[in-house]
Amino acid sequence: MPLESKKRHSFYEWCRRGEPLIWINAAAVSLSAIAVVGLLVLLMVRGFGHFWPADVMQAQYQPHGDSATRLIGEQVQVESVPIEQLRSAGFTIDTNEVFLDRQLIKKGNRDVTGADFGWVLSLYLSDISYPDDIMVLERREWGNFYGFLREVKEAGSVVASGDSAWAEFESRLERAQLLFEQIEKIEKKDIGAINYKIEKLRLRERGLELDEDMSPARRAEKEAVIAAERAELDNEYRAYQRQLIELYGQINRDSIVAEVASGQQVELPLAKIVHAYKPNAMGIGGKILFYIAKFWEFLSDEPREANTEGGIFPAIFGTVVMVIIMSIIVTPFGVVAAVYLREYARQGLMTRIIRIAVNNLAGVPSIVYGVFGLGFFIYFLGSEIDQVFFPEALPAPTFGTPGLLWASLTLALLTLPVVIVATEEGLSRIPKALREGSLALGATKAETLWRVVLPMTSPAMMTGLILAVARAAGEVAPLMLVGVVKLAPTLPVNGNFPYFHLDQKFMHLGFHIYDVGFQSPNVEAARPLVYATALLLVVIIALLNLSAVALRNHLREKYKALEI
Amino acid sequence: MSTDSTKARTHAIRMDSLGRSAGTKKLADEDIALTVEDLNLFYGEKQALYNVDMQIPRKRVTAFIGPSGCGKSTLLRCFNRMNDLVDGCRINGKIKLDSHNIYDKSVDAAALRRNVGMVFQKPNPFPKSIYENVAYGLRIQGINKKRVLDEAVERSLRGAALWDEVKDRLQDNALGMSGGQQQRLVIARTIAVEPEVLLLDEPASALDPISTLKIEELIYELKSKYTIVIVTHNMQQAARVSDYTAFMYMGKLIEFGDTDTLFTNPAQKQTEDYITGRYG
Repeated sequence: MPLESKKRHSFYEWCRRGEPLIWINAAAVSLSAIAVVGLLVLLMVRGFGHFWPADVMQAQYQPHGDSATRLIGEQVQVESVPIEQLRSAGFTIDTNEVFLDRQLIKKGNRDVTGADFGWVLSLYLSDISYPDDIMVLERREWGNFYGFLREVKEAGSVVASGDSAWAEFESRLERAQLLFEQIEKIEKKDIGAINYKIEKLRLRERGLELDEDMSPARRAEKEAVIAAERAELDNEYRAYQRQLIELYGQINRDSIVAEVASGQQVELPLAKIVHAYKPNAMGIGGKILFYIAKFWEFLSDEPREANTEGGIFPAIFGTVVMVIIMSIIVTPFGVVAAVYLREYARQGLMTRIIRIAVNNLAGVPSIVYGVFGLGFFIYFLGSEIDQVFFPEALPAPTFGTPGLLWASLTLALLTLPVVIVATEEGLSRIPKALREGSLALGATKAETLWRVVLPMTSPAMMTGLILAVARAAGEVAPLMLVGVVKLAPTLPVNGNFPYFHLDQKFMHLGFHIYDVGFQSPNVEAARPLVYATALLLVVIIALLNLSAVALRNHLREKYKALEI
Repeated sequence: MSTDSTKARTHAIRMDSLGRSAGTKKLADEDIALTVEDLNLFYGEKQALYNVDMQIPRKRVTAFIGPSGCGKSTLLRCFNRMNDLVDGCRINGKIKLDSHNIYDKSVDAAALRRNVGMVFQKPNPFPKSIYENVAYGLRIQGINKKRVLDEAVERSLRGAALWDEVKDRLQDNALGMSGGQQQRLVIARTIAVEPEVLLLDEPASALDPISTLKIEELIYELKSKYTIVIVTHNMQQAARVSDYTAFMYMGKLIEFGDTDTLFTNPAQKQTEDYITGRYG
């Protein structure tokens, strides 16, 4: 009997060998891989291009039947639109083409012209040039400024103009920035700390009022102490205040005069300027350095201008802290529940029902958890805590308001089923032989669990935690109800005693994306930030996951006994 | 060299176990460690052991033989109450260890298991270091002094004829050892807590012949200190290592007596059929 197959090309043979299945599987895997890579590339291209100091164009723009205007700005996007669409929008166009290119130009100068982005038709652009002396200013408000530097002023009188102005401007800008940092430090850190202490004093005073059992003498004594402390703090505060007034006087000394595209001259105080650079005059090396600096600023700075400028550090920090606290809460609870269900509970109808319920909890929409967290944790538990532990702060809530602790708890609840299921799975995979081996040595069931079974289940617990982290870090909807805000004044971990402030509201990358993308007054400016933030969120979740995976692999290596 | 001495040893064992017909081995003369009285065991509705009565002599090797499913392992697991862990398992009757009924309500199963150690069919070392495996039982008892543990570990590993092989890698993971070494490690772990009785549930069935030989030698050495009960499928093994043999069939104890008599001159027809290979 010949062993080689004769009908090598028969479709039936091909199917019988399972080839179609292999092809379908391979296609599915490739599709998923392409989707993931495509997503990352899209986010990277759209998001990270934002920090590149693009060349700034100067051009004449003369739409049909209109007078020419000068245009200065960065080209952000080019797209082609059907002419019919443009005609119906009211443009008069005499050309035979069907499609026309139009460009989105970032013109900046929102304070001067009202809009910092504008669409122009490429057809009507002429005299395009990239003059070296175009200057870009990043400002603390009103977005970017594009124009030419004309004069530098000190206290209203001109100190430099023409070619020497730029060098003078740069050195004075540096001084202004140093002053600004000092002001920032005093306002945020020093005065913030004083305010925090004064608030604590107020609470102590209120606590004294509420304490009815205290003898009058003792009360007077304590009140005197508080008054003395307050007087001291007030003094400190006044000292800082004087310092601030002086610094403000210094920082407002200098200003510049710049010319915008229309030829109008504008005076800008240096105090309002963050960066100044001339992109067209920069070499590629300079641009790369500038890019890195900008990117680092994005990672490490606080947001400005309703989150559309500056960095996202508080959001990164809030996300990570929340996920960590959630992990700390969810792991012990999930493990304990799984151990009871698998090891101690009598396997019967009741445990089956509980297991089904736990599995179904994983499918409950997250906003429902948010509502539950708000209703139970915050309004019930939180206000009870306030009544008992923080009566002096009432009616202002301490824990009876959304905050970090409640957000973490809500997410812990949301991810609990995952940890329970994974741990149970792990427990059920521990060989019976090992348990018996331990029991046969005179260990009780609890000792066996603690010394043999649980260590060996730890990789499974980590798997549960990995899934939990992945789910929790990306969750936004419930957080909006239980603790996330658009802008938190301070980080949840800061220099004020007791350093961890679980009652504080915090910022979160997921919510930041939503806020910047959909609640922002300046959509065009915010769009790249949405992409960049989204990519960062993905990266952070991946990092959190990878560290958990590394830990799990380490544990697996240590307890690889499941094959016996 | 080691093979030579092993051969010589085996030979000695065989000679010994078959050559001791001098009447020293009469059950009536032995000091009895375990007494089983009218034991019935049920898994749910199904009865697995029927009216078992037997006496297991101290510091002797007693082997249980019989076809698969005859209840020999079940009986063995009664001696340290491992059957307690099985859902729906019920036991009537008594097992006395030194005249205390181990199924008495006042008996703590964990304390009993410290006195009645058990080695299972497949080697089941914990995924810990060799040292920690041996020290496990002592740590459970709250002994954490390094000096005491070091001593006990060495003594137990020597007792299980494993010390020379592993003394330089006590901190290595036990799962890196060969199957035979693992099984001897499990024996070391068991004798570390100094039990009175050692229960061996087919200890060599998952091992290669050389490892099996080593285990058998070990059993021979251990019986000077411990009462050993061994379940085995291998009748040659039973003949080689045991002083007394029990033949079980369908949950009943058919015949129990000294090994030489049972193998050479069985009283029951069923026993004879089984050991001559006519069924089973």
